[in-house]
Amino acid sequence: MEYEISLLTIMGISIIGALSLNIIVGFCGQISLGHAAFLGMGAYTSAILTKMGVPFAAAVLAGMVVAAIFGILVGFASLRVRHDFLAITTMGVAFLFLGIVRKQEFLGGEMGIAMIPDPGLGKVGYMILVLLLALAVALFSIYLKRSWMGFTFDVVADDEDTATLIGIDVSSYKLIAFAIGTAFAGLAGALYAHHVKFIDPESFNFVESITVLSMVVIGGAGSVWGVIIAAAALSLFPMWFQFIDQYKLLVYGGLLCAIMLFSPDGLSGIFTRSLANIRGRESNASG
Amino acid sequence: MLRVDNITVVFGGVTAVKDVAFGVKNGELLGLIGPNGAGKTTLMRVITGTVTPVSGSVSLINTSLDRKSSHERIRAGIGLSQQIVHPFRSMTVGENVAYAAGYAKTRNPLRSILSYSRKKEMDKAREILKLLDIEEVAEATPTNLPLGYLKRLEVARALALQPKILLLDEPLAGLNQMEARKLADKLLELNRLGQTILLIEHNLSEVIRICGRIIVIDNGIKIGEGEPQKVMRDPDIRSAYLGEGYNNAAS
Ligand SMILES: Nc1ncnc2c1ncn2[C@@H]1O[C@H](COP(=O)(O)OP(=O)(O)OP(=O)(O)O)[C@@H](O)[C@H]1O
Ligand SMILES: [Mg+2]
Repeated sequence: MEYEISLLTIMGISIIGALSLNIIVGFCGQISLGHAAFLGMGAYTSAILTKMGVPFAAAVLAGMVVAAIFGILVGFASLRVRHDFLAITTMGVAFLFLGIVRKQEFLGGEMGIAMIPDPGLGKVGYMILVLLLALAVALFSIYLKRSWMGFTFDVVADDEDTATLIGIDVSSYKLIAFAIGTAFAGLAGALYAHHVKFIDPESFNFVESITVLSMVVIGGAGSVWGVIIAAAALSLFPMWFQFIDQYKLLVYGGLLCAIMLFSPDGLSGIFTRSLANIRGRESNASG
Repeated sequence: MLRVDNITVVFGGVTAVKDVAFGVKNGELLGLIGPNGAGKTTLMRVITGTVTPVSGSVSLINTSLDRKSSHERIRAGIGLSQQIVHPFRSMTVGENVAYAAGYAKTRNPLRSILSYSRKKEMDKAREILKLLDIEEVAEATPTNLPLGYLKRLEVARALALQPKILLLDEPLAGLNQMEARKLADKLLELNRLGQTILLIEHNLSEVIRICGRIIVIDNGIKIGEGEPQKVMRDPDIRSAYLGEGYNNAAS
């Protein structure tokens, strides 16, 4: 039973992480190859603060704030460079994060931070907390997408020059997408830290960034349901087949390529198209 | 209403616009004509802040726009319909217009995240699309629509911003004769209802028919200004304009 509880907790954390990246990539159309760094910032901030005696909730909140502040800084890069260059910049930021963490004694260096305090909710209580937070982030995502801010993200993702010419302050909206997305990444990271109780630089390396991106792309960037399903499935994947863990990058890379080649809008795209097909067939049959 | 003073634009050593000045009066329908490459679109871009001139200034209702960024200029009261159409292809024609109609909700991000309903804007979009005779494609996505529709979508989106001045760069291009005449009539009607319009157009007969005043530029230089009939009778303008650009003007 303990194993299943842990599995569901990790699944909830993965869903929050994937939905957080979905706001930046799926909603606002900005690429990020270094998302794990923001999970890391949330994790390290919350771990260190709780070890210093700060209450769990406050430490997690601080983790979100720290991640969002750095997220806004990276967001500024998105104002200067686009597309491929943004991909490289965000990747660079993630490596920079790892490089700095490895060399800082107070961050545990290569050894990482162990014995991260338990929030004291019990295993089941913590799982319920994580799943409720995942639900809250999902509901917020659905609301955001349908709000006028989400409408604006659609427009910015579609054509930012034209957005400017109908009076949109594109820079502000991009920065907000980065702020919201990275704050939720900080949340996921902090929840992860207090679940596994041990973090080190490897927990937030490039493979993890690609893992989160795979969840978003495979689910269908922008589709909240698609991303939730992909995140849930992919988070269980390595646990079903332990051996996959060693070939993670290979498996996710392969899945990413397959989706890009065969269905760039991900699983949600496959789903909507088949639905349209079925409907088309029905109306053909009736008419 | 709008004032453009001594604008000079240089692209990599080539002067595209040279010392051009003109004003658009409140409630006016002003035509801006000239052969291909004369610098009309460039002037439009200077007004919206997309192109930075080497000298000169732009002001709207006695407020300088020079230090404002493009989106701030639009917010100051400019509605732009571009020569090259730029519809948002990921949404329907109706949504394109509705989004622009919700400009008050998107001015500040906090307001945008607290605003949810799109109903009012969708209704407004319908109204504008109907006005421009493209209501039937409201549910369609812009991809695969003929240019004539996209041109009118471009105008519809500009109108949805309820601008103080409407800048239209060749809105009649891609429309057949009947559609062009109809749209020109609509522009005239809007103008009579008080809409200030600056119209760039190659369709001379329509320009002469609907504009109260025209400005002619050639090679980046203003060569004429005044009442359409009178300006077009000027022999210098005829030779400069009709001499090299007659075919384009006629098509
Ligand atoms: N971004 C640019 N870089 C370099 N040259 C440019 C640029 N934009 C315009 N030009 C040049 O400036 C001149 C004026 O171009 P512009 O597009 O303003 O003409 P126009 O009057 O709108 O012509 P048309 O009737 O064909 O639309 C042309 O010679 C054009 O080649
Ligand atoms: Mg032009």
